[in-house]
Amino acid sequence: MTPSPSPLRDLLDRAGTTGAVYAALAGVLVIGSLFVAFQGSHLFTAANTVDLFTRGSLLGFLAIGQTLVILCRSLDLSVGYVAALSTMVSAIVMAGDPSRIVLGIGATLGLAALIGLVNGLVVTRLRVNPFITTLGTGLLIKGYLDTRFQGPAGSIPAEFQTFGLSRIGVLPVSTLVMLALAVLAILFLRRTRMGFHMYAVGGDSEVARLSGIRPEIPVITAHVLCSMTAGIAGLLLASRFGTGNTLVYNNGYELEAIAAVVLGGTYLLGGRGGVAGTMAGVFILATLDTVFNTLSVDPFVKDVLRGAIVIAAVAVYARGRHGRTSVRPRFTSGGAPPAPPPPPPPTATPSARGGDR
Amino acid sequence: MTRPTRLSPGALSSALRGGTGTVAVLLTLIFLVIAVQNPSFFEGPPLMAFAKKAAPLVVLALGQYLVIVSGEFDLSVGSLVGAQVVIAARLIDGDEASTLPVIGLMLLFGLVVGLVNGLITTVLRVPSIITTLGTMLILFGAVRYWTGGAPTGALSEGFRVFGRHGLDGVPVIGQLPWALVIAAVLTVGAVLLMRSPYGRSLMATGDNDTAAAFSGVRVRRVRTLAFVGSSLAATVAAILIGGFAGVTAQVGQGLEFTAITAVVLGGVVLGGGRGSVIAAVLGALTVEALFTLFNQLYLPSTIQPAAQGLIIIAAVAYASRRGDRRPPRHARRRPVHPNDRPLDPSRR
Repeated sequence: MTPSPSPLRDLLDRAGTTGAVYAALAGVLVIGSLFVAFQGSHLFTAANTVDLFTRGSLLGFLAIGQTLVILCRSLDLSVGYVAALSTMVSAIVMAGDPSRIVLGIGATLGLAALIGLVNGLVVTRLRVNPFITTLGTGLLIKGYLDTRFQGPAGSIPAEFQTFGLSRIGVLPVSTLVMLALAVLAILFLRRTRMGFHMYAVGGDSEVARLSGIRPEIPVITAHVLCSMTAGIAGLLLASRFGTGNTLVYNNGYELEAIAAVVLGGTYLLGGRGGVAGTMAGVFILATLDTVFNTLSVDPFVKDVLRGAIVIAAVAVYARGRHGRTSVRPRFTSGGAPPAPPPPPPPTATPSARGGDR
Repeated sequence: MTRPTRLSPGALSSALRGGTGTVAVLLTLIFLVIAVQNPSFFEGPPLMAFAKKAAPLVVLALGQYLVIVSGEFDLSVGSLVGAQVVIAARLIDGDEASTLPVIGLMLLFGLVVGLVNGLITTVLRVPSIITTLGTMLILFGAVRYWTGGAPTGALSEGFRVFGRHGLDGVPVIGQLPWALVIAAVLTVGAVLLMRSPYGRSLMATGDNDTAAAFSGVRVRRVRTLAFVGSSLAATVAAILIGGFAGVTAQVGQGLEFTAITAVVLGGVVLGGGRGSVIAAVLGALTVEALFTLFNQLYLPSTIQPAAQGLIIIAAVAYASRRGDRRPPRHARRRPVHPNDRPLDPSRR
């Protein structure tokens, strides 16, 4: 994904956001390949590239949904548990029978959507802090999974395992699906009314309400979509394992997804950012993992480096952004008319400024 | 959806009382059920055993309270507790004489971790959830790399006194655990701290850091000190947990979420600026009482998280229904601009 040529002013406008993230991704790729080359091997071998894309696809699904939720100034800590539940549901419903694949996918996504709906309703109607809500639903699902299942269950038909295992060239099918979903999400945020409402509610829900938006609707929608992408991540995991596995939730996916979203330049307090940046964040994390693997870094040192790199990247990024926002307020009450929106190609970066509309 | 008509200081303080009241009622209810199940629970020794078990969480909740009330999170405390216990075991290695120096070193290490968390969050403007997530990963990885994956060494008896033993021969209760004494002293200290100028500044910072900065609060210093407080509390909790439970690789895992749960259950709003120390302590006791109740009811341990999740959501939903009528995602960090005032009539 390369940013298409756009007017210079627009480019400068975005230099602090998505552009910087893609520059960071390029930097990580270059530095990573230099390190690997120093060790006498090659980062962009077919095996490593496949590994990189495979890591990216799973995290990507989770991060796309998480982006929507964070844009609405909410948070979803339950995605890891929803993904674990989804592997079980899909494997048990499919039960190794190819004719039940569609039923399995439907049941998984339906249940995930239902969990998202509950999250959204609790956050908006009962006004429980999203952190607590999704931590609570996550714990609920964990309790159910641990009580009901002792180990792997169900089975995924071979036909559906192609989703997780097959690839075209070096591009795994799951990565292609994930990138397609990312493009859809970008279009959703940039072109649909609901997408604009998400930015508005995330920016300031009171202002959004006074402008005639019902602030609950975008938040609930974001939670439903986020849980559904977690459901897709669960389907992907199930198709890789060939069975349902409850221990998926131990992998800390929710925090990794949040890290990817924030690394991608989405403002944790809502209203600014987008899925294009998140994709760069996802592939930065995936590249780091692949590089560490190729260098066979001690897994514990890997944790240390990952933590330090995430903090450092966000710190560098926060510096740039803060300089910009202090110069240009987000909601100007007058002054220059908004700049005409640039012609946005589907893969272009979404503009995260409420002032444009 | 009810809308706030106006927000007076009176409404705010009643919201506070609402949160504390809710958790107090909940704690009383859980204690009542425990008492019905097991009437001897309140007969001194069992109650003191409960206090000994609950003390680390109370201490952690106090630290987490400081950070949450200033408008931030500290996700690193679980990892820090684990790291400190492992460090203590490795450095003491069963040697009585090195107990006190190592405890001093642990406190110093906690201070440094808190300072790093605070400075990265305030000076480098990294969101605290990311900062502390990063330090969580770093501590987790670094300590395991240092010890080669599994904790090594042993704690000395002198180290374990704080978590395990107490003042013997006290009438009625038998033994007064040191853990309870430490938790009580720190609670009183935290209450006094929140009444001091520093506490007021911390509360103001959490409510609205821009307004606090304009009123002369050194926002960065105040927040950084809150992180230091949280890390020091985690260090004390590590000393108590290490003494009580010993050294395992899993020590401290998930404690950050339990501590945040405890604080929020007490009605301290995430986003900062509200809530009392007592409410946070009651929240910690409630969480611990809940675990005790589950044990007494012989529930399978796997069902505990489910019940915990349900109760957190229900309690917070109930508290936010009664007390705070403000929409939760209202932009609390932004100062209310004078031009906002004319909008008020349309809100009614």
